[in-house]
Amino acid sequence: MQIYLPIAEISMNVFLLLGLGGAVGFLSGLFGVGGGFLMTPLLIFFGVPPAVAVGTEANQIVASSVSGVLAHWRRGNVDFKMGGVLLLGGLLGSTFGVWLFAVLRQVGQIDLVIKLSYVTFLGMIGSLMFIESLRALRRRRGTAPSRGKLHKHTWIHGLPFKMRFRRSKLYISALLPVGVGFVVGVLAAIMGVGGGFIMVPAMIYLLGMPTAVVVGTSLYQIIFVTANVTFLQAYANQTVDVVLAVLLLTGAVIGAQMGVRSGAKLRGEQLRIILAVMVLMVCGKLLYDLTITPSDLYSLGLSE
Amino acid sequence: MKRLTVIPVLGLLAAGAAIAQPLVVDLSDHRVAITTGFSGAEVLAFGAIDEPGEVVLVVHGPLRPVTMHRKARIAGIWINTASMTFDQAPSFYAVASSRPLDEIASPSVLARNQIGIENLRLELPRAKASPNVAKAWRDALIRTHQNIDLYGSEVARIGFLGSRLFSTRVRFPANVPTGTYRATTYLFVDGRVESAQTTPLIISKAGLEADIFDFAHQQGALYGAIAILVALMAGWLAHIAFRKA
Repeated sequence: MQIYLPIAEISMNVFLLLGLGGAVGFLSGLFGVGGGFLMTPLLIFFGVPPAVAVGTEANQIVASSVSGVLAHWRRGNVDFKMGGVLLLGGLLGSTFGVWLFAVLRQVGQIDLVIKLSYVTFLGMIGSLMFIESLRALRRRRGTAPSRGKLHKHTWIHGLPFKMRFRRSKLYISALLPVGVGFVVGVLAAIMGVGGGFIMVPAMIYLLGMPTAVVVGTSLYQIIFVTANVTFLQAYANQTVDVVLAVLLLTGAVIGAQMGVRSGAKLRGEQLRIILAVMVLMVCGKLLYDLTITPSDLYSLGLSE
Repeated sequence: MKRLTVIPVLGLLAAGAAIAQPLVVDLSDHRVAITTGFSGAEVLAFGAIDEPGEVVLVVHGPLRPVTMHRKARIAGIWINTASMTFDQAPSFYAVASSRPLDEIASPSVLARNQIGIENLRLELPRAKASPNVAKAWRDALIRTHQNIDLYGSEVARIGFLGSRLFSTRVRFPANVPTGTYRATTYLFVDGRVESAQTTPLIISKAGLEADIFDFAHQQGALYGAIAILVALMAGWLAHIAFRKA
């Protein structure tokens, strides 16, 4: 059954879209990731214009983050103060990102920038995750690791504007979370992701937040950043397709439920290795496509 | 709309005989509506000729500027390094004829009437591109449009019923751009244009799709706000479903 998507201006199969939402939703439930980094390239692959894929995916992430954050809020796993500071950077970053997106689109480089961003970040995160989980698996078998220092002091702790974050048990410069929020905000706007896969490691390793509050706090600020991206993309570029978003969402909600249940049966390290391999595969495919000689050196640009 | 087809054909037959107009043409639809289930459309072009000759149909989509990019390899990665904008290019182009074009008229006649894809007027400013370079860009524009079925890759056939009545089908793909199209029918006798007739065809979004599109473009801010609200609601509903499960 075909359905015509009013903003993407193409017609697609309803069941393909529901299935796509379901599959990505399943993975996001299984691994506890947003899934935007898989959905956006897939939509582009199926012929949705990149700009519409990014704008629409932002809209869908608003919904999945809301349902996620409500669950974490009930367990008290959201640091609202930290979330607010991250959000300040996130709003600035995503606003800048939407503007940058429009400029890059105008000069015909947006596809390249989207793909290169994916290659860079998926490559980095995938490798780190892979090495980390291999190490964890080995540690489980071998002897207990020697314990390092509890807190390392670096230049990061010398930055001004220090703030106390009670829920995260941190006393750090506000510039740090603002900066992290900004970078992730730019990426959210350009890559059509929530940015959880960058935000979460940054919160743990860079800010030193306790793992328990990381996911909830990340989701909390992603809601507002993606809502900002949705609004600006809709307002400035008219690239949010509500029909497409609702279809993907429906599939994703059901898929996520099944994913969570399947995830409960698997061990954490194994899950992370599977996710790392998948991330590296998407990254490799994108990189491969960038380096092989295209079938046609010429391509159609914006026609407006 | 399709059921109307038969009656005009019969009417044309009578009219053609009585008034002796050299060429009468009409389309089965003058308006193609893009609705929820739209997966492309087919429009029947039909008509009658008064004297023996050959018929050619050319369908032009609305003109708009088109930017093309060309890639080059930089540090192992293919990057768009050059771009060129054609001020006016048809968004759709298709030709149908009753015989191969080169048997119907001389190249100069075909060129003058922009019949056949090689005769499309796609010009770049002289200052921007030498003739050789301009040709490469032009070919690329045609090729990329053919790949997405917006330019016909070959000339379709016009069939005759007897010696007077003719018809052909024009296929519009699902990604067809909206706007006002022109379907021009030529009657060629001895290699000259004996008669020509242009019929407009409007392709537009209709129903819910049109409403959403117009709303998104005219009330972008409100549309964005509603999109967010829908997402918030959906997320909340999903949370409730989760909690029960």
